[in-house]
This record gives sequence, C-alpha cells and structure tokens, in this order.
Amino acid sequence: MKQTTLKQWFLLLFLLISCLMLNVSLGSVNIPLNEILGILAGKKSSEEVWTSIVWDFRMTKALTCILAGGALSVAGLLMQTLFRNALAGPDVLGLSSGASLAVALTIMGEADGLHLLADPSPWTIVGAASGGCGAVFALVVVISRKLRDETSLLIIGLMIGATAASLVSVLQFLSNADDQQMFMIWTFGSLGGLNWTEIIILTVVLLSGILIALSLLKPLNAWLLGDHYATSLGVNVRASRFLIICCACLLTGAVTAFCGPIAFVGLAVPHVTRLLFKTHDQKTLIPAVVLAGAVLMLCCDILAQLPGTAFVLPINAITALIGAPVVISIVLQAKRVAV
Amino acid sequence: MSTQDLTIGYGNNVLLSGLNLSLCPGQLICFMGPNGVGKSTLIRTMAGLQRQVAGTIRRSSSELPTPVSVVLTDRFTAVYMTVYELVAFGRYPYISWNLNLSNDDKESIHRALQQVKMDGLAGKKLHELSDGQMQLAMIARALAQDTSVILLDEPTAHLDLNNRLEIMNLLRDLAHSMNKAILVATHELDLALQTADEIWLAGHDNQLLTGIPEDLILNGAFDQIFQLKGFDLRTGQVAHSISLQDTVRLAGSGFEYRWTKNALERVGYPLVEKDPRFSVVIKQGVNNELMWEVDGRHTLKSIRNLLTYLKQSQNARQAD
Repeated sequence: MKQTTLKQWFLLLFLLISCLMLNVSLGSVNIPLNEILGILAGKKSSEEVWTSIVWDFRMTKALTCILAGGALSVAGLLMQTLFRNALAGPDVLGLSSGASLAVALTIMGEADGLHLLADPSPWTIVGAASGGCGAVFALVVVISRKLRDETSLLIIGLMIGATAASLVSVLQFLSNADDQQMFMIWTFGSLGGLNWTEIIILTVVLLSGILIALSLLKPLNAWLLGDHYATSLGVNVRASRFLIICCACLLTGAVTAFCGPIAFVGLAVPHVTRLLFKTHDQKTLIPAVVLAGAVLMLCCDILAQLPGTAFVLPINAITALIGAPVVISIVLQAKRVAV
Repeated sequence: MSTQDLTIGYGNNVLLSGLNLSLCPGQLICFMGPNGVGKSTLIRTMAGLQRQVAGTIRRSSSELPTPVSVVLTDRFTAVYMTVYELVAFGRYPYISWNLNLSNDDKESIHRALQQVKMDGLAGKKLHELSDGQMQLAMIARALAQDTSVILLDEPTAHLDLNNRLEIMNLLRDLAHSMNKAILVATHELDLALQTADEIWLAGHDNQLLTGIPEDLILNGAFDQIFQLKGFDLRTGQVAHSISLQDTVRLAGSGFEYRWTKNALERVGYPLVEKDPRFSVVIKQGVNNELMWEVDGRHTLKSIRNLLTYLKQSQNARQAD
C-alpha cells in the first residue's frame, strides 16, 4: 500500500518546496532569487537590508503559513472524523467565535464605558483571542461530558458560535468607526508580523497537536464505523472524544490567537487530501493534511500579495476565493465525497 | 456467556425482563420476535454497547481484549475503504496505537476472508460491493476479531433468498466447525427453523421462550407469537383451502411427487386415497423424462398440461 501513495507524497513535497520558494521570493521589494537562496544558506548578501527582509519578514511569514495551514487542516480533519460530517471544520465548536468575541470586547469595549484594556497591543489581542478560545473550549468540554452523541455537540457548537456572533454585532453597533475598522482588520486574518518567539510557540503547538492526533489513530479510524463499532473494538469512546476535542481546540486556538480567524482552510484541505490519496486511513491523512494545508496556505499568501505590487489583500478573502473553486472542481471530478 | 435476571430497555421502558440465557459454544442461536420487541436492544446490551436496566451479564473469563464481536445494522459511509481495511478493523483490539499489523494479525485477516470466501475481493472498495458481499465482509471483520461469541443483528435484511441462505448456512457452519457461540437476531422464520440449533422467541409480554426449533413448532409457541396467517408451520407450507369438488389420487415419489402435490393443492383439488374422480400416476419415459398419466389413458408432459387437462375434463362434464 505504501507504493501506491508514493507519487502523492512526492507531489505534495514538490508543491511545498516550490510554493515556499515562490512565497519567499515575492514581496514589495524585488530581491533576485539567487540572492535569496544565498541569504537562506547563511551567506552575506550584497545589500544588508535584504538579509533582514528575507529572514525577519518573508521567512517568518512563510513559516507562519506552513504552521497555520498545517494546524488548521489537522484540526479540520479531526472534527470531520469525530462528527462524521463533511461540513465540519476546525471552527465547528465555536472557538473562533469565542476568540472574536473576546477580541471585540478588547478593541471595542470602551464604547459602552468598559474599556477593558488600556491600549490594545498585539499581545493583548493574542491574549484576548486565546482567552476567548479557552472559554469556549471549557464550555464545550463541560457540555461534551453530559452529552452522549456527536450531533448534539455539533448543534451546541453552532449555537455558541451564533451567540458570540450576535454579541459581536451588538458591540460593533455601539462602537465608533475607528475601533470597528481595527476589529474588521483582525477578522480578516493576518499571517505576517509574527516574531520568532511566536513562531516557536506555534511550532510547538503544531507538533504536539500532530503527536496527540497520531496517538489517537486507533480511535480516529474506528470512529469511521460509528461509536457502536468503535466501542465493540475496545475503544474508550468517551476518553477519545475528549482528547480529540482537546487536540482540535489546541490547534485552532493557537492559530486563531496569532493569525486571527482564518476560515475555509481547515474545511477544504481534508477533502482535497482524501480525494488525492483515496483513503480514509488517518495514519496517512494526518501527515498528508499537514503538507496539503501548508501548500494551500502558501498559495493563498502568494496570491494575497498581488505579485508585482506593494498591495496586500486580507488572507481570509483569498482562502475562500481561491480555495472554493478548486474544491468545487475537484469534487465535481470525483463525483462523490465522504468523510 | 450467560445472563442472570437480565432486564433490558431504556430507563422506565422495559423491553424484556427476567432473562436467564446462556450462549453455548458450537451453537447457532436465532433470536426471533416481532418488530419492536427488543431484538437490537438485547444484542447491544449483550455486546456491552448499552447499559442493562437490571441483572448481570457474565462474559466468558478469557484473556481476550474484547469478549464479543458484533455485526450491527449501523450504517457508515467510507467510499475509499477496501474490504481488507474493513476486516483489519477486527484486529484493532490486538494492535498498538501505530496500527501496525503483525504476521499473526495478517494471518487472522486472511483466514477470516477465506472463511467467507471473499479472499479474491480483498482489494475491492466497499462501495463496489453488493449488499450480500458487504454483509459477508462485516462477518469477516467479526471473525478476524477472534472472539468466542459473535452477535449479529439482522444480518440478512435486504438480501435476496440466495444470499440469505448463504449467510445463514455460513453462520451455522462457523458455529459448528469453529466452536463459536453465534447469536443472530432475524425475521427469517423459514431459514431460522432450518439452520438454528436453538431459537429464542420474544413476545410482547416481556418474556422470552427458548428451545430447539422443532419443539417450539409442535407446542405452538411460534403461532402464538407470530399469529401466522395461512402458513402451517407443522407442514412447513402455506395452508391451502380446498375449493374444487373433483378429488384426485396421486401416485409417485420423490420431488416430482412433492411438487405435483403442491400444484394440485395450490389450485384447490382435494387429494384422496379412495374413490377419486381422477387418478394421476407419475411415470418416467424411456429417456427419463417425466410423464403424468391420468386414469391410465391420457399421458401429459408437464404439470401445466396436467392442470389444463383436469380443468378441461371438468368443464366438459359440467357442459354435459
């Protein structure tokens, strides 16, 4: 079975490397490709500022793409497998909504005289987003211990999301235009501007997320047959469900905190990967979605830079704009989709 | 595996109570009863997938990680999954988190596929299988789990007669040859009567009768529970009403006798031994072809012709 998927693995790796190269070589400042390769190899560049641009701006952004794309895709895969629902994504439990409510409170809170934090800096927003994700996560865990089946959990997640979204619109209605714009910009998502500390945090989160997911291979695969069969195969359904939720929340929460609510990637990548590898085996899918997610995110970021201009589009506008037609065409070709 | 004073159901809704049942190795047990009587609930409860209302279930104290394997009516969609991957799920209780199959595991999977005669289809995707093949693959998955008890919920539903027969025969052979205890919840009265070593019969009074099929037929337990309409279990045939006056005496043997009798009774002729209106003798010609001779005069080549002849001579007599 390994033989037959070798081609797909090479394709993904090739795409990853070429997208990474293309991504790093594009930007508002034009740097020749051989200079970039030299800088990445540790050589001195002919212009001092280029080294800084390549390492501190372009590489951090490209790495953020890879990490965020990989993390969201694994979270999406976990949710689709847990809920056995093709429409599930990393946001299905309402995490991003919790984060956006917390960020909205931070940015627009002063409108109703609450002004929670004196001066919204990037770190306060990261803190608020993590706090919001964490609160929703805690809520979901408490609820999931009471509920027996996944569908109810899915509905609860959607309800949490809807509640948070409506509170956010109330805040928007009450706040002034400047704060509204600031909040809007956060909701567009952003892959740039992370420093190396933040990238290391994201890397640790992604790696631990992948490790937890891999340790759950057996329950995840058994879940494909439904909880009755999973139980009969000796899987502890309750404990596994709890761990799967924890893992997905960790991944989604970290990405949302640093990059904002990035939509679509987590939903689309597992589908594309399943169609590419023609398997449901999570042992193949987990590493494969990490690569595919990284590729898709890099591509979206390349397009967001509008090659040749200094103008950068919001990443959230691009993910769906580019991703949706791709997914539609793949699904039309394959004629059938399954979790 | 056995149960003591087991009560099953959901909370206050008790379906069956006071169950003292035992599943013996080497036996195929068919569990029958009308819809909604709690067949699926008992299967799930015995498999440990659902909590019992009261009582205890004792599962054989072996070192197996899972004492019971199941084939349920639960549906799942996995279009890319192959038969081999499905059967490999049976080895999950034995393998570690990284899902690597040992040679023993592969051997078990291969044996299970052979037992259901699916070894040629191991690489097929599940959505390419017919319903009957899908059930066989599910049974292979249960076999690969190497448990002493297998519980199946309606494994022959939605299958044609041939597939139903194949699956019931397979289950009986497995029970006998591999010394497994196999419990099948089923609606197939005729198949169950001919394959089961024991029958559990559940009625609407929360009670469950057990016994071998023949005893339950003769003591009328089936008639009471199923309230059969026009099917005589003691003869194993649909009861025919006599609607014609001309009596027939039939002589012959073997299958040809059985099916000629069937045809005459179906049309409504009373069969008698003495003073018949017609006397039919089944004979064999020089080339072993079958012939039906009426009153020693007319020879007919098929049962259809025989029936037509009898009808014509009856009409001719009425016209006289």
